[in-house]
Amino acid sequence: MDLTYSEEEEAFRARLRAWLSTALPELPPRPDPLDWPARRAYDTAWQRMLYDAGYAGLHWPEEAGGRGATPTQHLIYLEETEKAGAPYVGANFVGLLHAGPTVAAEGTPGQRARWLPPVLRGDEIWCQGFSEPDAGSDLAALRTRAVRDGDDYVVTGSKIWTSHAEVADWCELLVRTAPIAEDTPKHRGITWLAMPMDAPGITVRPLRTLAGSAEFAEMFLDEVRVPVANRVGAENDGWRVTMVTLSFERGTAFVGEVVACRRTLAELAKTAQRNGSWDDNAVRRQLGRLNAEFTALWRLTQWNVSASQRGGGVPGIGGSVFKLRYSHARQELYDTAARVLGPGALDLAHDWTLDRLSSLSYTIAAGTSQIQRNIVAERILGLPKGR
Amino acid sequence: MDFQLTPDQIALKSGMRDLLAARFDREALRAAVERPGLDRSLWRALGDAGFFALRLPESRGGVGLGLPEAVLVFEEAGRALLPGPLVATHLAAGTEPGAADGESVVTWADGPLTAWLDEADHVWGDTEGAVPLRSVDPLTPLHRTRGTRTHVPEAALLAAAEQLGSASRTTELAVQHAKERMQFGRPIGAFQAVKHLCADMLVRTEVARAAVYAAAVTEDPDEIAGAKLLADDAAVRGARDCLQVHGGMGFTWEADVHLHLKRAWVRAEQWQSADEAAEVLARSL
Ligand SMILES: Cc1cc2nc3c(=O)[nH]c(=O)nc-3n(C[C@H](O)[C@H](O)[C@H](O)COP(=O)(O)OP(=O)(O)OC[C@H]3O[C@@H](n4cnc5c(N)ncnc54)[C@H](O)[C@@H]3O)c2cc1C
Repeated sequence: MDLTYSEEEEAFRARLRAWLSTALPELPPRPDPLDWPARRAYDTAWQRMLYDAGYAGLHWPEEAGGRGATPTQHLIYLEETEKAGAPYVGANFVGLLHAGPTVAAEGTPGQRARWLPPVLRGDEIWCQGFSEPDAGSDLAALRTRAVRDGDDYVVTGSKIWTSHAEVADWCELLVRTAPIAEDTPKHRGITWLAMPMDAPGITVRPLRTLAGSAEFAEMFLDEVRVPVANRVGAENDGWRVTMVTLSFERGTAFVGEVVACRRTLAELAKTAQRNGSWDDNAVRRQLGRLNAEFTALWRLTQWNVSASQRGGGVPGIGGSVFKLRYSHARQELYDTAARVLGPGALDLAHDWTLDRLSSLSYTIAAGTSQIQRNIVAERILGLPKGR
Repeated sequence: MDFQLTPDQIALKSGMRDLLAARFDREALRAAVERPGLDRSLWRALGDAGFFALRLPESRGGVGLGLPEAVLVFEEAGRALLPGPLVATHLAAGTEPGAADGESVVTWADGPLTAWLDEADHVWGDTEGAVPLRSVDPLTPLHRTRGTRTHVPEAALLAAAEQLGSASRTTELAVQHAKERMQFGRPIGAFQAVKHLCADMLVRTEVARAAVYAAAVTEDPDEIAGAKLLADDAAVRGARDCLQVHGGMGFTWEADVHLHLKRAWVRAEQWQSADEAAEVLARSL
């Protein structure tokens, strides 16, 4: 058990720090967090800066245009960028953290050449069209149909909760290419497609979140033609491809945010000392408990990263354990912030109020806590499958 | 950075598990419950295996290992519910004659509670006016004492390691039972309410594990406080959930679950309580 970083790793950290200290002052002012078109511009500008400096796709394999960095270097990258207050992946989330890695792992050489460089340069952003009105937790129940017509699939159906659909160029889309039948498992007939968001027949209707933003949307697909060449993996083999995607989503998605939570907690303690809520035993001890929590979550991250490094870089199932605990801890953090702020917690002008609202999605998005518990129980503990 | 057990650490941990399986299996545990008292020959066997002298330098007759290794063997002790003032004797090794090789038993008057007072050969701290309690844990005799807390971070960490071992054991026991016990024509582990209890037990255990192991590596007192707090929680709640998964069976003296719960309660009050740890952690923010 070794928590010290090697000389090489420390050198990498030092180079990155030096670059961040010159790059960050060049960024334009941060946009309104509720304004997604402005955030797209800001996030992709940041991605371009990373690309030019050679930090884009750090954890992607070199064949895919990445830097082939070790999981530990990626961890250092996430730690340092967050500490320096650099933008988080934001609008580039889907492209960088799951569509990209999926294309890198499962795509043809032509598909990699077409889709990966623009993701790394920040020229194109992706969204994720998995969920449907009647297929959320039960994702394999999706019904959006794709029918082969010559060199195209003709896609009809609807998707929901598609994050930043309004500003995306591409959509990683799951469609049904074989009907749901009594005798075959429903995940057998699913196919993974890359859909250009400017194709005729796509209607995006923004949905307003409880935070007031238009962060996600409904998508209506009416005979949208998607070239067969845009299919990643074989027809009806999309579920396996999706599992590759989801392991990336759960594996590394929250690392930087743990660092951010530790910073918020320290600020929260200072605020409490200033406004007197520190003298309340219950509040003070709750802050102490959260300190234990986020320190442990950071250590768990290092544990998982070390395990994945030993396992050849594949994110393990430990991601579900982490996600379960982290999502609740984050909500507790902002509930505690509300206790510290008192009536100020009802003021939307306060950053923490908005953060408190967004934290409510953490136990739902990317698989609800209930679904994560099922995964932990069935796949780690080996309990029998439920119905 | 490589925050995983080394092959030597894995071997040490499994060696300790084998030793305890041979010397303190379930039968021995249940016998100890019926006939309380410290088994001196087992204590010496632990001494021979280097349990107490683990961190003494080789030049002083010890094994010369560090806190991470101590944490791994204490985790195994917690898993097996090994009784005795293990932490105090381990800390006394090299200072108190006979402690290192298990020839003597050392206890420490740790603030409000002192364990194993009557059986100890050496007692550290102030035990004046000690009053015996009818200890809730049949395997840990307790006295009420009025001394002040000792605040030895290493002691809190080793107790946390025992809690971690207990938490992983109760998780295992619950999962095993959930796979075997049939109700409504299926194993109860197929029911989501049971599944989710088990999943939460595992999550609490793994978070505590990361905290305990990291604190052993950094030896940072704040991190140790966090590890103790999370491990206490994992052990106490793990035992309660395990009891629930066992149904009526869980409420019997016959099932081992209550022994884990009672010991976890005792350890939660030893060396550093949750409130004390939370105060330390708040101050370090
Ligand atoms: C902010 C946000 C962003 C999102 N972004 C995207 C995106 O970009 N692309 C995309 O495809 N999707 C996205 N989602 C969708 C998200 O993945 C789903 O909301 C989630 O998987 C839950 O599905 P659902 O909303 O249909 O809820 P449901 O599946 O209807 O669940 C409702 C409740 O029932 C419980 N439940 C359901 N099934 C079970 C079960 N088997 N056992 C126990 N409890 C169960 C759930 O835990 C939940 O409490 C996003 C969601 C949010 C909140």
